[in-house]
Amino acid sequence: MVAGSESGSVASGPVGLLKAATGIAGLDEVTDGGLPRGRTTLVCGGPGCGKTLMAMQFLVRGAIDAGEPGVFVAFEESPEELAQNVASLGWDLEDLGSRRLLAIDHVRIVEGEIVETGAWDLEGLFIRLGAAIDAVGARRVVLDTVESLFGPLGNELLLRAELRRLFRWLNDRGVTAIVTGERGGATLTRHGLEEYVSDCVIVLDHRVHDQVSTRRLRVVKYRGSHHGPDEYPFLIDRTGFSVLPVSAMVLQHEASSERIPTGVGELDAMLDGNGYYRGSSVLLSGTPGSGKTSLSARFLEAGCERGERGTLFAFEESPAQIVRNMRSVGVDLQQWVDKGRLQMIAARPAAYGLETHLARIYWAIEQFEPSNVVIDPLSSLQGEEYEINATLSRLIDHFKRRGITALMTALIRGEFEDRAGLGISSVIDTWVDVSNMEIDGERNRGISILKSRGMGHSHQVREFQITSQGFAIRDVCAGERGVLMGSARRVQEARERAAATAQGAELDAKRRRLEYLRSAQQAQVTALRAQLETETLELANEIATGERRERQLEQDREAIAAARRGAGVSEQGKGR
Amino acid sequence: MTDTGATETAAQDRFLLRLYVAGQTPKSLTAFSNLRKICETHLAGRYEIEVIDLLERPQLARGDEIIAVPTLVRKLPEPIKKLIGDLSDTERVLVGLQLMPER
Repeated sequence: MVAGSESGSVASGPVGLLKAATGIAGLDEVTDGGLPRGRTTLVCGGPGCGKTLMAMQFLVRGAIDAGEPGVFVAFEESPEELAQNVASLGWDLEDLGSRRLLAIDHVRIVEGEIVETGAWDLEGLFIRLGAAIDAVGARRVVLDTVESLFGPLGNELLLRAELRRLFRWLNDRGVTAIVTGERGGATLTRHGLEEYVSDCVIVLDHRVHDQVSTRRLRVVKYRGSHHGPDEYPFLIDRTGFSVLPVSAMVLQHEASSERIPTGVGELDAMLDGNGYYRGSSVLLSGTPGSGKTSLSARFLEAGCERGERGTLFAFEESPAQIVRNMRSVGVDLQQWVDKGRLQMIAARPAAYGLETHLARIYWAIEQFEPSNVVIDPLSSLQGEEYEINATLSRLIDHFKRRGITALMTALIRGEFEDRAGLGISSVIDTWVDVSNMEIDGERNRGISILKSRGMGHSHQVREFQITSQGFAIRDVCAGERGVLMGSARRVQEARERAAATAQGAELDAKRRRLEYLRSAQQAQVTALRAQLETETLELANEIATGERRERQLEQDREAIAAARRGAGVSEQGKGR
Repeated sequence: MTDTGATETAAQDRFLLRLYVAGQTPKSLTAFSNLRKICETHLAGRYEIEVIDLLERPQLARGDEIIAVPTLVRKLPEPIKKLIGDLSDTERVLVGLQLMPER
């Protein structure tokens, strides 16, 4: 045998460990396939943590899904009580009983009713159990909880020996069994049942912290099998018991290069012109009343308009309230709810613990399969500090694996420095900040992109306006006191306009004066030229006249002279 | 009160006793012989013993809520009393059957 070639079978456990699917959502993932088939699993936890429900679900799902009949031995509750408790989950135990898929044996033992008089054994229980198994051909068995035998039966040593024999007997019968046990102080179970069950041990934990309960499941031990090492949140809701198999963070999700609009054109423009990346995680931080919910609702609405589904997890307002409020800013969510594209799930943050909230989010997504998700606000999900970041990171990681574009809002009260304290910022792809800024006794919204991976984005603070017509983002005025918005911006703009007008008028006047001067000069030049021409003409006339006179005088002188020399007087008269 | 009540019960009533066993094991044989002895001593003439072997009639285990064997059930007089074990501790058997007061 070559060691290398056998490594696969070695890793999967001794001689191919067979498993029985529990049919409990998430648990089969955590246990890598289910509980060890033909063996006994111990499920322990405190009172009311869901042991009985988990065990019953194992039988019901086994009966319905896998066609494996089961036997439920109830040491605490009567068959009627059990049936009532699970009827709300849609399980009809009576029906399963009549179809020979389930047998419930109620072992009623009352403390102090039994007197111990000597040596005994648990053969009576074995016979009852054997008869029940044979009656329905059971493949699965639940004992809930054998610890009830401690006390009423007296002799604890004898009981322990018999329990050891019981578990061995269950293995011999080849049934896959769940034995429940009450959580003890120093030990996993009050009476140390884990000592007898060596194959698989699951611990259920129900913690209450700050009056908020959180349920967690952990596979403490699973011999011969891989299993998730973490504590996993689990839920008990109208579908029964389910485990949230949020795995450790693995960065292996696909990175889509597809872009999707934010729902506000100007915001798309700030994000490289194309909006968010599909499947990215967007943090929308802001001070109270800065429009986070409105912007989120618009994002979902835009998705619905494209034909995508969206889910809104609201932790501050009821769906009805959100619908009403969003209508006032021109976002009609109700029509998308009616069309089945939008799902709104609201819960008070204090209603559940962090893990339970996450589990609810997880299951809602599993069922509705939205493309876009909004959590409003993420900051209301509170938990112990050491775990909240890791837990939220796991959720965001889950969104990414599912290719869901997630927009999460975060309420910020303080100054910018505090925002760095949001521990999840490192797992956020795009961070948009909308904050109220006070200028001249007026609050206005400033919107800016703090970061956006994988794209060139705007670094400017712009003014974000929400009106009944919708959303608008405007460039802000940069003034002496920084950016100006709202009235201050309008004042500044008016002032600039006035100044510009005044300046324009002055310029016009100068232009007109120049024009005037130019034309005046022109007129002068024309006048001078005209004068010159006139004078020139006059002078020329005068000169010509003068010359003519001179010539006449010359001729006259010549004529006189000639007359003096000849005819004398007649010549003179002729010339006139 | 317990004192006189128990004594009165013991004095007048008929005892219907049912012994549950699982096969002819040493424990069940011991239990049966111990029971016979106690009955002859304290309930002579006014007792009836019914032995039920659960290996033969397993369905009867549910009726009297039997998990341990041997189990002795006092069906009459009422109220029903349950004793487990091979009945070797005679004093506890007498107390359990209300044939003597608890000390």
